Parts: sequence; C-alpha cells; structure tokens
Amino acid sequence: MIQVEVTVNGEARSAEVEPRLLLVHFLRDVCRLRATNVGCDTTSCGACTVLLDGVSVKSCTVLAAQADGHEVATVEGLAREGELHPVQAAFRAEHGLQCGFCTPGMVMASVGLLQANPHPTEEEIRIGLEGNLCRCTGYHNIVRAVLAAAEAEA
Amino acid sequence: MIPAPFEYLRAHDVAHALDLLREHGDEAKLLAGGHSLLPMMKLRLARPTVLIDIAELADLDYVRVDGDTLAVGALATHARVGEAELVRAEAPLIAHSASLIGDPQVRHRGTIGGSLAHADPAADLPMAVLAAGATLVLEGPAGRREVDADDFFTGFFTTALEPDEILVEIRLPRRAGEPWGYEKFVRRSNDWAIVGVATVAGRVALANMGSAPLRAAETERALAAGAGIDAAAELAAENTDPVSDLHADPAYRRHLARVLVARALSSAPG
Amino acid sequence: MQPRGSILGTRVQRVEDPQLLTRGGVYTDDLVDDALASAVHVSFVRSPIAHARITSIDLTALRAAPGFVAAFTAEDLALPGARPMLATIDERFTRPILAAGTVRYVGEPVAIVVTEGYYQAEDVGELVDIEYDPLPPVVDPLAAGRDEVLLFPDVGTNTVCEFLPEHRDEQLFENCEVVVSSEIVNQRVAPAPLETRAAAASWGSDDRLTMWLPNQGAQTSQRALAALLGLDISRLRIVTPDVGGAFGAKFGADPEHAAVAWVARELARPARWSEQRYDNMLAMTHGRAQLQTVTIGGDRDGKLRAYRLDVVQDCGAYPAIGALLPSLTRMMAPGTYRFERVESAARCVVTNTTPIGAYRGAGRPEATAAVERAVDLFAAEIGMDPADVRRRNLLPAFAEPQENGSGALYDSGDYPAALELALSAAGYDDLRREQAERRERGDVRLLGIGLASYVEITGGGDEAGAPSENALIEVHPDGTATILTGTSPHGQGHATAWAMLASDELGIPIELITVRHGDTDLVPEGGGTGGSRSLQQGGAAVQQAARELADIARLRAADMLEANPDDLRIDRDRAAITVAGSPHVAVTLAELAGVERLFVRTVFTAPGATFPFGAHVAVVEVDTETGRPTLLRLISVDDAGVVLNPLLADGQRHGGLAQGAAQALFEEMVYDDDGNPLTATFADYAFPSAAELPMFQLETMETPTTYNPLGAKGLGEAGTIGSTPAVQNAVIDAVAHLGVRHIDMPTTSRRIWEAIQTATTNAEGRL
Repeated sequence: MIQVEVTVNGEARSAEVEPRLLLVHFLRDVCRLRATNVGCDTTSCGACTVLLDGVSVKSCTVLAAQADGHEVATVEGLAREGELHPVQAAFRAEHGLQCGFCTPGMVMASVGLLQANPHPTEEEIRIGLEGNLCRCTGYHNIVRAVLAAAEAEA
Repeated sequence: MIPAPFEYLRAHDVAHALDLLREHGDEAKLLAGGHSLLPMMKLRLARPTVLIDIAELADLDYVRVDGDTLAVGALATHARVGEAELVRAEAPLIAHSASLIGDPQVRHRGTIGGSLAHADPAADLPMAVLAAGATLVLEGPAGRREVDADDFFTGFFTTALEPDEILVEIRLPRRAGEPWGYEKFVRRSNDWAIVGVATVAGRVALANMGSAPLRAAETERALAAGAGIDAAAELAAENTDPVSDLHADPAYRRHLARVLVARALSSAPG
Repeated sequence: MQPRGSILGTRVQRVEDPQLLTRGGVYTDDLVDDALASAVHVSFVRSPIAHARITSIDLTALRAAPGFVAAFTAEDLALPGARPMLATIDERFTRPILAAGTVRYVGEPVAIVVTEGYYQAEDVGELVDIEYDPLPPVVDPLAAGRDEVLLFPDVGTNTVCEFLPEHRDEQLFENCEVVVSSEIVNQRVAPAPLETRAAAASWGSDDRLTMWLPNQGAQTSQRALAALLGLDISRLRIVTPDVGGAFGAKFGADPEHAAVAWVARELARPARWSEQRYDNMLAMTHGRAQLQTVTIGGDRDGKLRAYRLDVVQDCGAYPAIGALLPSLTRMMAPGTYRFERVESAARCVVTNTTPIGAYRGAGRPEATAAVERAVDLFAAEIGMDPADVRRRNLLPAFAEPQENGSGALYDSGDYPAALELALSAAGYDDLRREQAERRERGDVRLLGIGLASYVEITGGGDEAGAPSENALIEVHPDGTATILTGTSPHGQGHATAWAMLASDELGIPIELITVRHGDTDLVPEGGGTGGSRSLQQGGAAVQQAARELADIARLRAADMLEANPDDLRIDRDRAAITVAGSPHVAVTLAELAGVERLFVRTVFTAPGATFPFGAHVAVVEVDTETGRPTLLRLISVDDAGVVLNPLLADGQRHGGLAQGAAQALFEEMVYDDDGNPLTATFADYAFPSAAELPMFQLETMETPTTYNPLGAKGLGEAGTIGSTPAVQNAVIDAVAHLGVRHIDMPTTSRRIWEAIQTATTNAEGRL
C-alpha cells in the first residue's frame, strides 16, 4: 500500500491505496465522485476523462500513484454556486447528451479542448474529441454544443 | 481490466532510476506516461512486479538546441513535442508526427521516450525518428551511449535498449525549412497506422510494413540516383514484410506503401 | 392543430440534463444503497474456445487467494436456463446459465467467481483451471446450415427454425425483362452501449429479491428473470437505475443476471456485477448477422415487377431474439415499392458465435438494406439513374391503411414526397454533375451519391396483446405532479416529453412534474422502451391520463364550487378549474388533491403498429488509389408523424444516422475461422468518433397517423434504417462506372480497393 494525496476539485484527498489503483477508481471509490465512468478499459472511449493539472487525461490509464501531488478536476467541480459552466450549459441547450454515460468525460474533454483552443472550428472540435466515444448523439449536437460554448465564453 | 499487483517505486533522478533498475532486474519496468505500458498491464499482457516511476525526473523533460541538433528529453510528452515552437521550427516532421498520436488525452500523458522504447511497428514516432535520422541516447550503469535510430529498432516491440538502460534523450538533426512529408493511413482518426510514411531529406521510413519501423531503402536509392517520385515510390514496398490483419493483407499494404510514399514525396518536393 | 400557447411541438430543454451534467447519472455501478452494503462482487470465467467439451474444472487454487469468497460451476446451479423464445423451436436449444459440459462460443460463461472486491476478481479468476477438449467450430452460417458440425448433436440439426412462404412461386420472375440477383451480407455488429451490463441483487428478509438492472423495460426483465430463476414474479422486484444506452440489447434478462441473483441467495449476501468492455463485446448479444440473397426483376424501362428475399439468419450459439428477427425482415421486405409479386423466406441457424439479439431497428434495417441494394443493382443493370427507378416504383401517397403484400398494413405514407424532399435538399442534380466532372477529369477522389427510401414498423403489439401502454398521473397538494409510465427511457428524454404532455393538458409547469419508471413495485405493468414504441403508446397514454384527470377534476370542482361541470374548464395558466365567464371562481388542482387524492391510471391501446418512413441521401468521397471512403454528407427525411419535441426528435435522428452510417462504413464483429473474435475491444471494433462523421442535414416532414391522438409514429430507429443502405449505395456509386456492382459492409478501404482492382481486371479481360 502507498500513501497518495491528490487535490480533487480543489480539495485535498489523501488515502492509502494499492499501487495498482487506477485514478478513475480513486475518484469513484475513495473520493465517492461517481460521475466519471469507465466505458472501455482500453484507453479508447474517453468516458473516464478528467483534467490532470489542467489537461485532459483518461483516468483509466493513470495510476492514482501517478496523480500523487497533482490536481484533478472532474465534472462535479465544474458548476459554480449552482450555475452551470458554459460547456455544461451549452450541452444542455444544444441537446448534446442523451443517456449521459459519456457526458462527464465528453464535457471534461471539451473543457480541455477549449482551454487549449478557445475558438475551434468544427473540424478542430471533431478531431479534438476523437478520443471520446458517444453512442447516442451521433456527435452532431456535441459538436454544436462546443461551438456554442466557445461563442459564449468569447 | 485491472493490472496484476506490483510494487510502485518513484525515482528521483536518472541515477536513482538506474539503481532501482539494477536492483530489481527483469521484474521491473520503467513507467513514464504509462500510455504504452499500463494498457498492456491492464490486459495482463505485461506483468512487471515492480514499476519504477520516472515521470517526475525533471532532468528528462526538455527541448533544446544543442549545436546542429535538437535535443528532446525522453519525458517530453507528445503534446509538448507536437506544440513546442522549437520542435515545430527545427524538426517539423517530428512535431507533426507527435501531434497525430492517439488522441489529445493520450498525447497529454504519453512521452516520446516511452513510445520509442515500446517500439510498436505501427506507431508514429518510431517511424518519424527513423526518417529524421535521429540518434537515441541511452544511459546505463556504464554511462551514456548513442545509437542511431537505424540500429535502435531491432524487431517486433524490441529495441537496442538493455534491461538496465534508460532512453534519456532523442537527438534530431536540425532541419528548419527542409521539406518533409507524412502520410498516416488509418480507418479512424485515432487508430494506429495501417501503413505510415515519413520522409525528409531523402530518407523515407515506413510504419507497419514489417516487424519494426523500416526504411524504404530502394526508394531512397532511386531518389538519390535522380529517379522521379513515381518511379521511386514504385519501389517503396521492396524488402518489406507486412503483416496480415483485420485491416489489410500484405498485398494491400504494399500497394498502400507505394501510393503513400508517392504522396509523401509529392508533398515534400526536392 | 394544437391550441395556441401549447408547448407541444416546441424545443423544450431536457429536465434530465442538470443532474447528468453536474453529478452524473446514477447507473447501476454507481448505486449506493443500504441494501447493497457489503455486497460481494460477481465475475464470470468465460470460454476462450469457440466449441469444446469441458473435461475438468479445478477451483482448488482459488480458495487461498486474497478476497476469495466462492466459486461455482454449472453443477452448483440448479436452474433451468433460457428457453428459446419461440414455442416452435426445439427446447433442446435451451441455453444454460453456465456452460454445462459443452461451450459453444468464445465468451460463454463457464464459472462464477465471487470476491470481496472487484480488484480481486481478475486475480482470482485467472486461477480457475479449466481443461477443454476442442470440438470443430462452425462460424459461417452457410456451413452451419449443412449440419456437418452440430452444436446440439441431440437435436440433429443446426437449423433452429424456418420461415417459408405458403407456396413457392416458381414463376415469380416470369414476365420480367431483366432479373438481377446478388448475395448481400448484413454483417454482425455490436450494440456497444457505453454502459456495459451490470446488476445488483439483494434478497430481503421476506425472501423477496430486489434487483437493480440496466434494462429497457423492468416488467419484461422481471418476467424474464423470474423464468430464469424459477420464481413467481411476485417475489421479484426490478428497479431501474439510470441506463447508459441500450439500443435493443438490454431487453429482458441475461443468464448473467440470473447468476448474480442466484449468488446473492446462495451466499445470503447482496451481490453486484459490472462487466468489462471485453466481456460485453463477447457476451452481450450482437445484432444483424444476416446473409441475404436478393433477386429483383422488372422491365428495361425501369418498372419493377417482382422481388425475392432469402435470408439465412445467424442466431449465434443459442437462439435468442435473433431467431425472431427474420419475421420482421420478411414483413418489411418490399419496403416502399409497388411490386406485383414479393416472396421471402428465412432460415435461422446456430453457429459457434455470440448469440444474436435486437439492435436498433432489429430486423427492419436488414429488410431495407436488402431492397435498397436490390433496387440499385437493378438500376445499374438497366443503366437508369437510381432516383428515377425509385420514382417510377414507389407506392403513391396514401392516407388509408394499405397492405404491403408481405403481411404488413402500412397506416399512412407519402414516399414519393419524402424522396423528392431528400433529393432536392441534397441538390441531387448538382451532385450528379459534380460526380461526372470528377470522373471526366480523372480525379483520384471520386464522388458517390447513395439513396435509400424506407418504411419501417414501430409500436407493434406482440403475443401479449394489442399495442398498448399504461400511465398514471397524480397531482399532489403542493401543486407538483407525478407520472408513472410503463416506458423505460435510457437517453430518449421521457421525463421531459411526458411532462410536456401532462403540462400541456393540466397547466402544471414541467419543472413540477416528476416522471418515474422502471420500478416494478411502483409500475407493475409496462412494455418498456424499444421498437420505437414509446411516444405513440406511452406518450399517448400520458396524454390520455392527463385528459381523464382533468375530467375528474372538473367533476370534483363542480361539487366544491357548486357549479355545473359543463360550465367548468381547466385554466392552464393556473393549473386550476374555473367557471366559464367567471375566472375568479376557481379551485386549483392542488387544492382538489388536498381534499382527496387526485390521480388517474389509464391504458392507451392503438389499433395497430405505425409505419414511419423517409428517404436518406448520402454523399461520400472515395479515394480510388487507396480505396478510402469519407462520408461527406448525410441528408435525411424522417417522417414519423407529428413531432412532440423537435430537440429530442432531432437527437434521436442524429444518433440513428450515426449508427446506420457506422454499419455501412466501419463496424463489424469479426471472427476468425476458429471462432475467435478479433474485434472484442474498442481499440479493434471500429466504433466511429466525431472525427469520422459529418454534420447531418435533417429535413422536416410530418404525415400524421390516425392511430393515436398525438399523430405520432416511432422515430428512435428511423435514422439507422435508411442511412445504412444510403451510405453503402453511395460508396458503390462512387466506383460504379468502373464496373463495381456491389461491396459488402462495412465498406472498408480494403474492400473498396479490392473491388476496384477486380472490376478493372475484368474490364481489361474484356478488351
């Protein structure tokens, strides 16, 4: 067992964990933040996307041990005082989610995308979200939501 | 998909990492970004009992000019290699290659050293450093040694790295302004290449046309002898040994190699 | 026409979204419940071999492993297994919960491993030592049909059932000038919902089981699970957490679900299971998997006369829903066309592969793909534009129900208008011009234009009876309302849509309306969500319940206000009953509910299934040097009658279009000759991302049905049904001038390149 301390959504969380504990399970089972989902196990689907030190990562392919001493942001930490983050608001307005399972990862990937490129083209959004799979929306409204969020944040 | 249990050790610097490697021998694996190793461990295709985390070795995360070479620390992430102005200016082929790996999340974690040491014959960077004529710097108990990319990739997921060595630096010839070409044939944007081509300065490298990334030697010879692009590209699949898989059989891969080499050369005239 | 001010037909944002966007859905694996405290973790050891006899299972090495709780094999389970779904199928095709003696596909569960935590499950699972004696596998359904290798030697055949015409017409194509025939593969695909299968089971002190289960209809799952466990349904409560997508594959209950319930009882501890993607790809049912032979005949002037469809349905190792799919395929065989004669037959066989079940469209996409490919083959043969062949042969517009000659009664439709709308929206003539220009210039990247006209069946009844659904609405004294529905949303937005319907009738704001579903104690009856049935039955039931509740409220208000009920009306601005002409005399629904519970339960029954229709146009670019196809545009007309919420309707269409295009271009579950799956992870299975798909161009067309007061037909599967053949036809169209007539799906670069090579070689041979 090893001791890790991770700042999650601004709050220090420390625990003694197995070295093999994946960051996604640290979030889900240690921090009890269960919005972040596991969808594939092979670093393919992006449902587990969170921000690690401000950039998007797939938390199923990061050890909690690797996040020791770092900052993690999940979808639970996005809204401020009941006010949806512009990306969350755009996902709702544009109907960028259906079953919701890919959504936390998709939203965090979109937040990361817009931080790196605040004014993406449709093409840049599509390529920028290539690591996140959605089975419900056909991506049409997700892409529109990210375009709308970029507009709103401008 | 959970890795088998292992012991986790964190190295403070290269010397410490080398010590730990020596201490734990074959049981140990180096962990950088983990984006080659952890997926294998989750599938239990790799089962190291000790992981030596080298991600925090600040002395291996850099990009700098060193005379007529561009030196990239092994821990530079794909995102950094792809976006750093210095790499884009001095080794644009390498920057482009890194920017096409996997997806943004993978590029935020995966490192150039990790990708090269993993040596997937279908991956971007092994092919790219081969085309670029890079030199890889390996550090072991006896000190540092340099290996040309041509000699580094020895076979299917195998390299010239000894078990007690660490890949510490990638040295790239500075090629600012030189034309280059890159073709990656995929089904989906974030898939591995079915066939890949990288070319710069008369060197042409292929991905997924054999058990390791390889040079299209006949094409290079023809180009050197003054052949046109089409004639040279026709020779691209000579001496290759492509696999048959879900996406392509050898005949289709050879055809793709010829077409893609012609395209890569056309986009890199001269 | 809706009254002015109605929210029906408007783009109301979803009430579901704030939770999903801020805290995430609560899916089965996320559940926190006292009843599940200290639950054990169930996992399955699955066969790595497609066909083998199990010679021994050794569980001794497990017992000392950390976290080990228990392990079980078929011998431990005294459960009957899953019987075939059709009474006509030999019962010996019954699927055991765990493989007993013989494994019949890679991924079949052989042993159960129970551990304290899920991190220990794999450690313990790999210690299970099973020895197999391999048997020859049969993977190809045609080979299975020859009965040389038998999956069930006792039965003596791999043929599970056959659907044959009453008499085969040997003169079907007698008067046709041109007859074209082709074999078409409608390949096996994985439903791949982002949430895999899961379960949580807890037995109460009353010996009653509560089972949390991602599903598409709790009541269907309750019946299915009760049958698997040999329980009376009264001893089984299903609760449906949020469900992360289903696409047809989460109906009913699977053997694994029964195993989890059994373990919980055996160990007297709550038990949970959440499968990994690899297991999901191997063991959740797959879809499609038909080999089709189409034969189409007509005249050189473009008139179609006769059509025959022969289907071999691969059922996988055990006949599940897969054995029922060809019935729907046959029923919809002639599609939107007026043939003089139509004939179809189907044969269902077992193979050493994952069982086949429903997948978005379930039997109808296969019918549309076949006939739309056939029409294009015919057009190519006579050298006529595929749009003109369609124009020539589509059924004309009709408002009265009409037989399709294949057992379906189409309720209403205007197929020519849908086609013309799609063609004009696509700019069809300009596209053809550009296509010709590219060809003339000798461009490497050629343009392909593909069409599909479709009609499908939604909201049909079943053996259980006519198409119907129930709803209950209760208004509470605090002014809120609750709707109980027998439908079971998993992304479709029923909480929003059903609230809109009730709000529109009662004037209660949708924010104050809660929609509940999926708990069999709360909603004992219901048909769930599938087959695009929900709005036309479940939605219609909600509207009917709201209207009935308003009537009851008026009667009660009449007593209270001492007024004639005929003088009372509902004031939707105040959710109140008022006296006509004296709006100050009013009693709110909430006040009425304070006096006496105010609720209605009702059942809506439709006269029959509805038949939504439409037309899709796909535009692709094909790189002729590499074969690579790129989908540039997808234009869709999906007429599902009157639309309740265009935001939700468009979302359903987008998702359907993407899945349909994905089947045409990308996805296939591939097995090698030994029955080893080669696409069992998302790294290998070509599930497309945003980077592979374009924006979709949706055109609006609404032809109401008279089968429900909403005028609505089903829309959930429409996008999938037309887009698959439209995209496939477009790919083939791009290279048709080279002599290519057909390319099977998925139309990969390799297949396209090989088709070009073959056509070019043949052309050279003819010179």
